[in-house]
Amino acid sequence: MNKRPIPYADPISTIEAVEETPASPSAPKRMTLNMGPQHPSTHGVLRIVLQLEGETIISAKPDIGFLHTGIEKQMETLTYAKAVTLTDRVDYLANLSNNLCYCLAVEKLLQLEIPARAQWLRVMMTEFTRLNSHLVWLGTHALDIGAMSMFFYCFREREDILRILEMFSGQRMMTSYIRVGGVALEAPRGWQQVVGKFIRSFPSKVDQYEDLLNANPIWTRRTKGVGFISLEDMLDLGITGPMLRAAGLNWDARKNEPYSSYDKFNFEVPVETSNDVWGRYRVRMREMRESAKIITQALEGMPEGDFQADAPHVVLPQREKMKTQMEALIYHFKIVTEGYRVPAGEVFQCIEAPRGEIGYYIVSDGTSKPYRCHMRTPSFANLQGLPTLLEQTLIADSIAALGSMDFVLGDTDR
Amino acid sequence: MTHPAILETINALGETTLIADPAQIVDLCRFLKDKENYIRLSSITAVDWHPAQSRFEVVYHLHSLEPFRRLRVKTRINGDKPEIESVTSVWRSANWYEREVWDMFGIHVNNHPDLDRILMPTDWEGHPLRKDYPVHGYKYSYSNE
Repeated sequence: MNKRPIPYADPISTIEAVEETPASPSAPKRMTLNMGPQHPSTHGVLRIVLQLEGETIISAKPDIGFLHTGIEKQMETLTYAKAVTLTDRVDYLANLSNNLCYCLAVEKLLQLEIPARAQWLRVMMTEFTRLNSHLVWLGTHALDIGAMSMFFYCFREREDILRILEMFSGQRMMTSYIRVGGVALEAPRGWQQVVGKFIRSFPSKVDQYEDLLNANPIWTRRTKGVGFISLEDMLDLGITGPMLRAAGLNWDARKNEPYSSYDKFNFEVPVETSNDVWGRYRVRMREMRESAKIITQALEGMPEGDFQADAPHVVLPQREKMKTQMEALIYHFKIVTEGYRVPAGEVFQCIEAPRGEIGYYIVSDGTSKPYRCHMRTPSFANLQGLPTLLEQTLIADSIAALGSMDFVLGDTDR
Repeated sequence: MTHPAILETINALGETTLIADPAQIVDLCRFLKDKENYIRLSSITAVDWHPAQSRFEVVYHLHSLEPFRRLRVKTRINGDKPEIESVTSVWRSANWYEREVWDMFGIHVNNHPDLDRILMPTDWEGHPLRKDYPVHGYKYSYSNE
């Protein structure tokens, strides 16, 4: 055995492709190949150290942490109201899902009742987030595999969604629209027309994508039967979300542990059984149609009433009230300077995000800042399954398999 | 559910928490997976209660799909030389979570297959999520000037 040592240990070092001397003359040559962190198909800054035998991947070792920004540490220094803005920045494609999960956890600690209108607005906005995330996934995944025009079609619809988010919250991406106690702002005048126009035309856009891809011979050959990983492995490795549903497991937190009045909506959980890149593509396409159905229901049945809970010590008062009422001014001052105190305790709140299960574990010590806030992010857990997913596959298939996981590196590294 | 490692059971805010003996944590996790059907490990994290004597809490969030329920297992460990046994033999997903616990809190995980920093660089000093670690780090801290 005269193998050269594989320089895994130091993640900062740059690894060139290393050819190793085979153990015996008949054994195939092995090569260590460094992929990333700037490889375009890794969707961010993921580095994978691949061991190759010809074109077959023998082992893959992901190296993460390039985007670590210490969000969990920073949250401990902010009041509960201010920490919402950090949850946006965890996953830049599922900002509102992170907002929602954090707010649900804090509201559970505060034991706050949220009015129906706020809950429905939350559902509608998180479903827009799901559409947004799946559209970016489809565009970039198809771009990786070689269908370039998909990118432009998907980003066309994504632009409309970002405009709607901007209309509601004033921001395109880092919206912080969902706040503890409700949502930040009342829905803007004329929102029904804008959302209605978009959602009426959206199913035909999904038809368009499917027309371009479903019968496309390159697309089908590069996705069908590629990227198999067994359901037992996935559950053991902590993989969640569309990957599990593409393997035939009917588990969606929106159905199994309904939050934010999802039980009042009529939708299906798409399940496929092929358990490959194609199946994950089918699940996400069908999820987009289901999300559109949920948004339509929210649009038609949006209840009247308050968009924020009746809890003046938690929810910031309206600007108009601050100019006329002494109490509103005092509450505003208290919330902005000291923040509101949250009773001591701990909660673990899970929701179904576009990428899988988001879980926020918040520990409160009775003060106005979270003592500890742990985020169980889906990308981190899903990436852990990468070595198992890539083992014994071809290097060309690894791009399709990676894309089908749909991870966001900001979400992984936090 | 009875197991010698369970010291206390707490029900609060609709969530169940087991306080467990850290010495028997692997045995308890094996029991929960095999007998109580908690086939998924949702996350592992830790909480630093500096300056308490038993300083760290290691928290496991388990999930069972059939029947659908969640469970939290907590163990308290000493702050002088914090260490805990690895549960990677029970759930493979524990691997990265335990590396994160080591990276962020400096709790040594015994019998871990690949214990190394995961989010911070390998040459990083200190464990950032400890409560005595300054928010801006040591390098850029102005507190000593």
